[in-house]
Amino acid sequence: MFQYVLKRLFSTIPVLFGISLLLFFMLRMLPGDPAQVLAGQMASPEDIETIRQQLGLHRPVLVQYGLFLGRLVRFDLGRSARTQHPVIKEVWARLPNTILLAVSAIGLACLFGIPAGILAAIRPYTWIDYLFTSLALFGISMPVFWLGLMLIILFSVTLHWLPAGGTGSWKHLILPSLTLAAFVVAFITRMTRASMIEALSQDYTTTARSKGLKEEVVVIKHALKNAMIPIITVVGLQFGLLLGGAVLTETVFAWPGMGRLIVDSILARDYPVIQGAILIFGLLYILVNLGVDLLYAYLDPRIRYD
Amino acid sequence: MNQEPLLSIKDLRTRFHTYEGVLTAVDGIHLEIYPGETLGVVGESGCGKSVTALSILRLLASPPTKIEGQILFDGNDLLKMSLDEIRRIRGNSISMIFQEPMTSLNPVLTIGEQIAEAIRLHQGLGREAAWEKAVEMLQRVQIPSPRIRARDYPHKLSGGMRQRAMIAMALSCHPRLLLADEPTTALDVTIQAQIVDLMEHLKEEIHTSILLITHNLGLIAEMAKRVVVMYAGKIVEEAPVEDLFFEPLHPYTKGLLESIPWMGRKIREGRKPLQEIPGMVPSLKEMPKGCRFHPRCLTAREICRNEEPPLIVKPPRRVFCWLWI
Amino acid sequence: MINPWMRFKKNKAALFGSILLLIYFVTALFAPLLYPGNPSAPNLATALERPSIKEPLGKDELGRSILGRIIYGSRVSLLIAIGVVCVGLFIGVPLGLISGYYGGKVDFGIQRATDTLLAFPGFLLALALVAVLGVGLKNTIISVGISMIPIYIRLVRGCTLSVKEQTYVEAARALGTRDLTILFRHILPNVMAPITIQTSLGMGTAILFAAGLGFLGIGVQPPTPEWGAMLGSGRPYLFHAPHVATFPGMAIFFAVLGFNLSGDGLRDILDPRFKS
Repeated sequence: MFQYVLKRLFSTIPVLFGISLLLFFMLRMLPGDPAQVLAGQMASPEDIETIRQQLGLHRPVLVQYGLFLGRLVRFDLGRSARTQHPVIKEVWARLPNTILLAVSAIGLACLFGIPAGILAAIRPYTWIDYLFTSLALFGISMPVFWLGLMLIILFSVTLHWLPAGGTGSWKHLILPSLTLAAFVVAFITRMTRASMIEALSQDYTTTARSKGLKEEVVVIKHALKNAMIPIITVVGLQFGLLLGGAVLTETVFAWPGMGRLIVDSILARDYPVIQGAILIFGLLYILVNLGVDLLYAYLDPRIRYD
Repeated sequence: MNQEPLLSIKDLRTRFHTYEGVLTAVDGIHLEIYPGETLGVVGESGCGKSVTALSILRLLASPPTKIEGQILFDGNDLLKMSLDEIRRIRGNSISMIFQEPMTSLNPVLTIGEQIAEAIRLHQGLGREAAWEKAVEMLQRVQIPSPRIRARDYPHKLSGGMRQRAMIAMALSCHPRLLLADEPTTALDVTIQAQIVDLMEHLKEEIHTSILLITHNLGLIAEMAKRVVVMYAGKIVEEAPVEDLFFEPLHPYTKGLLESIPWMGRKIREGRKPLQEIPGMVPSLKEMPKGCRFHPRCLTAREICRNEEPPLIVKPPRRVFCWLWI
Repeated sequence: MINPWMRFKKNKAALFGSILLLIYFVTALFAPLLYPGNPSAPNLATALERPSIKEPLGKDELGRSILGRIIYGSRVSLLIAIGVVCVGLFIGVPLGLISGYYGGKVDFGIQRATDTLLAFPGFLLALALVAVLGVGLKNTIISVGISMIPIYIRLVRGCTLSVKEQTYVEAARALGTRDLTILFRHILPNVMAPITIQTSLGMGTAILFAAGLGFLGIGVQPPTPEWGAMLGSGRPYLFHAPHVATFPGMAIFFAVLGFNLSGDGLRDILDPRFKS
């Protein structure tokens, strides 16, 4: 188990390296002077010169990359061109909001998706299966931002039940997390259905039934415990999709998270912040996948021992 | 035999309703198992022998499968029982061993738990007592250091050990009937012998009857008292094991016996090449008219092609064949 | 459990999907006939007009016909969908073939690059690329297209690896057939089925992503009628004129549904693993 964790940790190193390269060359690809780009349009020539010195832009590219890596490891991503605050502070301030949104969306999605998938799997090709698989397909095909707006029209504009945007209370969280969950619930339902059908057709399910176990025990204890392994993986993968969806959901509901920060920074050409936010998103995604793999190992005894 | 049968199957028909039509996997079979007896069921794959076993415990998914006839266990019709009633019988008075010890054990539950859950269910024991009983069962199937093994997951055990665990699970509630579906087929030859010994031994100990399903005639010779030969969903012959081996009545049984190598045949009859049965097992979708074996039968006559063979009783033997009219 | 009846039922869904797509393609093709006017010409006098018999979907904040803009928008979205999968196909498929067929260092390099790109959720990757490349139709296609490349690489590489081991490929190699011939004559036809399925599903995703960028104001720019951008510009009027944001969203939804249904249907028909 320990070895597995170690192996898994090591395997993230090339990806981390790739991300750093990507971020480094992102600014090189922009037309014009990187120092000018980093300083923003409003910067004075002195500011630009200071940044040029800081970045060592007169040195060879390899050295520049080395310096960049050094700053990256210290999470020093410079200052925002808009606010002049350190990038990492800006990002940290928004991170909890995005995580709160993402976690409640994943939670909601599992709460609906897993039971729906199980019901569809134990009654395949019946109306209940068709209902849930159709709903899942709608969820996958629906633009999140549109769903968000429709929910606002229904619950805020028409019914006046919930706020249309912003933060403050748990009420503010409901619509955004519902919107984001709808996006993910579809994948979870589909995956749960597929892996439950698979598990229910296995020999060990027949064995369990031949012991006289109740159908609920066969489904939950014997089949679901096996099916959870692929389901967990999908939930982990969906977390990435969810981060992408969060950008749109946060915009729709004026939710002050990382997604909004990226969009605002792109619109304001605030490149240091874009860089920092993308870095954190990448790290977050890697971290979640790592966690999922560990959970996977915990659930699957075959991995635990190897 | 004057005893009452433990299990008596009357005119059992198991059909699968598929969108390609109705497939009849078991077509009107009759058989009896007496207390303490081992009844062998032989036949090629697809002849309906496994479906028969699964039909007894009603383990086939119900919407596509329809079971008709009677399966009397202790005089009660299993097919008429409610789901709760049949559940009380499964794993308790009738239990089952499957062919693939690799896939029939749940990979994410420990061996001990998989045995103990049946004990808790049927004997109402508490968690700890059931666990102790599970360990004891593992000991009885001669798994070394059973207390440690009980905490292992199936993938840690070898094929033979898994099948032992499977047997421990099936026998944990002292069933009166054990349905053993190809219990040794997936195992190495040396392991097979051990498993056979173990089953024989435990059978005596807990006085259970066995329905032994296999295509392996050697295993039948070893374990069974009486044998039923199945072909294409029907029983073609039934006989005590010695009679069947020395004087098979049905041409299919003869073919089966001639298609396997026998130790000692060389001495008895000289070197005679192995015979194969020509042709193939008919598909469930297109059963031949008349006797189902006639397209492959060397002695087929006109009547075999057109009319189903009648039951010929030559106590204690039964055969369905026009040859013996 | 899969049998013709099931497949027929599934295909009813696929049929519905292809009909949806047909409607969109016909609309795009005959847009000038369906809506003779200029969909981008403002008419402030009728701004935010509600749906009526004359104007079934109402007017937007600049008094332009929403129906007309949706009709012309189908051209933009389908163009994006096709453009995006072309980028994915023309770059991702060869790289996947090479990576899977040659293995070794080339494979290692391509796979690490793919890992890196996949470390970012697709939409974020497109977002980052837009940040570098800038807004507009062309950059939207390039950005979303690049974000799809790793998916094709993974898919094609996996299939190539399994096809490579097949006897007929080994035989061709033993006969001294050129690598290029083997790749395109023997391996490519065998990975066509998953590529086709992915392409149908990918077109749906492309429309979703591009609409998302448009909605955020960093995709296709006004006055070009793009569904996502239409939704975005209708957002401020949600309280008084909800129709402005509602109808373009439905246009996106049914287009993506069409591609997803067709993709699922294709999977049922083409993918041998799902056949009985």
